[in-house]
Amino acid sequence: MSDSTAGHRPGDHEPSGHEPDDLMAGLSHSGGQDDDAHDAGPHRVIGTPSPATSRSLLGGPEGNGAGQPPAVQRELPSEPDDPVGAKRAERIVAACFLIAMFAGLAFIAAYFIFGVHTVTATQHSNLALGSTMALAFIGLGVGAVIWVRRLMPNVELTEQRHPLRSEAADRAAFKQTFEEGADASQFIKRPILRRTLIAATVPVAVAPIILLRDLGPLPGTKLDHTVWRKGLRLLNYGANTPIRPADFSSPGGMITVVPDGYQDNFDALAKAAVIIIKFAPGQVVYTTNNHPVPGKTVQNWTVDNIVAYSKICTHVGCPAALYEQTTHHILCPCHQSTFDATRGAQVIFGPATRPLPQLPMTVDAQGYLVARSDFTEPVGPSFWERGPSI
Amino acid sequence: MSSTTVRRRPVTGYAVVLVGLLVAGLSYAVITQGTASAAPRGVSQQAQIAHGREIFLQECASCHGIFAQGVPGIAPSLIGVGAAAVDFQVGTGRMPAKQPDAENPRRALLLHPRQIRDLADYIQSLGGGPTIPTRAEVSQVGSDYGLGQQLFTADCAQCHNFDGASGALTYGKYAPPLTKSTPTQIFEAMLTGPEAMPVFNNTTITPQQKRDIIAYIVQTRTEPNPGGFSLGRIGPVTEGLVVFLGLLLFMVLMALWITAKHGKAHE
Repeated sequence: MSDSTAGHRPGDHEPSGHEPDDLMAGLSHSGGQDDDAHDAGPHRVIGTPSPATSRSLLGGPEGNGAGQPPAVQRELPSEPDDPVGAKRAERIVAACFLIAMFAGLAFIAAYFIFGVHTVTATQHSNLALGSTMALAFIGLGVGAVIWVRRLMPNVELTEQRHPLRSEAADRAAFKQTFEEGADASQFIKRPILRRTLIAATVPVAVAPIILLRDLGPLPGTKLDHTVWRKGLRLLNYGANTPIRPADFSSPGGMITVVPDGYQDNFDALAKAAVIIIKFAPGQVVYTTNNHPVPGKTVQNWTVDNIVAYSKICTHVGCPAALYEQTTHHILCPCHQSTFDATRGAQVIFGPATRPLPQLPMTVDAQGYLVARSDFTEPVGPSFWERGPSI
Repeated sequence: MSSTTVRRRPVTGYAVVLVGLLVAGLSYAVITQGTASAAPRGVSQQAQIAHGREIFLQECASCHGIFAQGVPGIAPSLIGVGAAAVDFQVGTGRMPAKQPDAENPRRALLLHPRQIRDLADYIQSLGGGPTIPTRAEVSQVGSDYGLGQQLFTADCAQCHNFDGASGALTYGKYAPPLTKSTPTQIFEAMLTGPEAMPVFNNTTITPQQKRDIIAYIVQTRTEPNPGGFSLGRIGPVTEGLVVFLGLLLFMVLMALWITAKHGKAHE
C-alpha cells in the first residue's frame, strides 16, 4: 500500500477505482506530480499560506482545466476513503463511549451501593469501584484510538522549524518601549522608590523559606536511643506477659518482645522491637569474652543462652525475624540480608552492613527477663549523623 | 397381593446391597487391620510400643539410627522429640522422607494412621517430649481471633505470610503454606518446631494462645476473594508477577497497536 511508505502526502491516496480526471482530483495530485513534490522541499505547515508560487501554478492545469480558478489545496482530506468502514468504525467508537459512560455511572452508583463499614463490604466496594473505573477508562481510550485509526486520515505532516530569535526590528522596538517605560515610570530617577520597593519584597520572598522550619525539629539524638532502659521487662508481644528464662526454655525457641509499658506505643516499637532466641548450651559462639570486635567485649548480655537482637534490620529497617532454628540464620524478608544469630548477628549475606544490635539482658528480682540498658548502638538503618559502623 | 410384592422388591434389593456393602467393608477392615497393624484395639501400651519399634526399624532407622539416636549430618536424634513431632512429621507425609533433605514437602501419607500412633508411642517412650494434643486442646470454641491475629503477626507472619500462605527462607528453604494444616498439626508444629521453624513451647505461647492463633489461621481461609482470584494470597510477589507478565505485555501490545501504520480501511 502506498501509505505504508514514509513521507507520503495527503494527496497520496490513489483509490483504484478513481480516474485521474475524477471530481476528487481537485483535492489530490496525481502520483507522478506528488513524487516531484517530494523532492521540492518540506511540506508546509497547516494553516500557513502556501510558500511556493510554483506549486500554486502546478495546481492549475490539472483536474478541471485552466478555465476555472485554482482549487483550494487541502492538506487533509475531509472524508475518509472508505465510507462504509468509517460508518462501522463510528458505531464501534460510539459503543465504546457509551460503555465508558455507563461504567462511569456505575462507578458513581457503586460508590453509594457498597458501603465500607465491614471488611467484606470494603472488598466488594474496592472491586466494584476499580472494575467500573477501569472499564470507563478503557472504553474512552479504546474508542479514542479506534476513532484516530479508522476515521482520521493517516497523514504525516512536517512542521517547519523557525529561528527562535525575534526579528531585529522587533527587538529594537521592544528595547525602545522598555527604556521609555523605565524612564516614564521614574524607576531610575527616584532611587528611594526603587529601594523601598526592593526592601518590601525581600521579606515576602524569604517568608516561605522560614516556613520550612515546620519540617523540623531536627531529630537530635533521638535516632541514637530507643525506649529500652535498665530494668524494663521484656514482654511477649501480643500476649503482653513478662517472660521467665525458665518458661522460655525450649532450645530453638524465638519470640518477639517489646518493652514493658510501650506495647501499644507504635512510635516507640518502630525502633524498640526485639526478638529473643533460646539456644542449646554451647551453640552461641560469640559470648562474654570472645567477641570478635576489639574493645567491644560483651559482658553478660545473654541470660541462660537466651540472646536478644533488635528486630529492625540494619539495612533499611524492615522487621528481620525469619529465624531458622536449624541454621540459626535470621533473614530479613525485604532484601535477604542474613544474620548469624550464634555470632552476634553478624551479616553473612545481603545488603546489610552491620550486625543487628544486641540488647543487654539480665533477670530482675522476680526472675523475669529485663533490659540491662538501652542498646549500646543505634538500631535500624544508617543515617548521616550515625557515624562509622560498629 | 402381587402389587405389594412388587412394591417390596426394590426395598429388598436395597437391603441386599446394603448388607453386601457392610460385609465387604467389615471384611476389608479385618484384612487391613491384620496387615497394617499388629496391635489391634485393646492391646496393651507395651504391645503398641513394640509394634511402633518394628515400624521404626523398617521405615526410620536407616536415617535416624536403630536407637533413634540420630546420624550427624543426615538425620537428627528423635529421643525427646515426643509423640507430637512424630504425629506432625509422619501425619503430614513429610516423613519417612524420600531422601535426606532440608525441606520435606507435605505429601500423601505413607503410613496408616494407626501405624503413626504406634510409632508416636514408641518415640514418646524413648525420652518423653510433647504429646499429641487432644481434640479439646485444639478446639477453637471461644477463641480470641483478635489476639490470635496479633500473635500471628508478631511471631508467625514473618515466615508464613500474614495469610498463612507460605514464604521463602534462606538457601532454598521455605515456610510451608498453612492452608491444608489441621488444627492439631498447627498445634504440634508450634510445640515441636519442625525443620527450620522455631519452637513455641506452652510456657511461652500458652495453649489458649495457640488455640487463638489456630482460630485466626482457620478463619482467614474463609475470607472471600471478591475479585475472583486470590493470586495465592502471598502478597506483592504474585501481584507484581501478574502486572509484569500480564499487564505490561498487554500495554506493550496496545502501544504497538496504537502506533502501528494503518492503511485505508477495507481496501
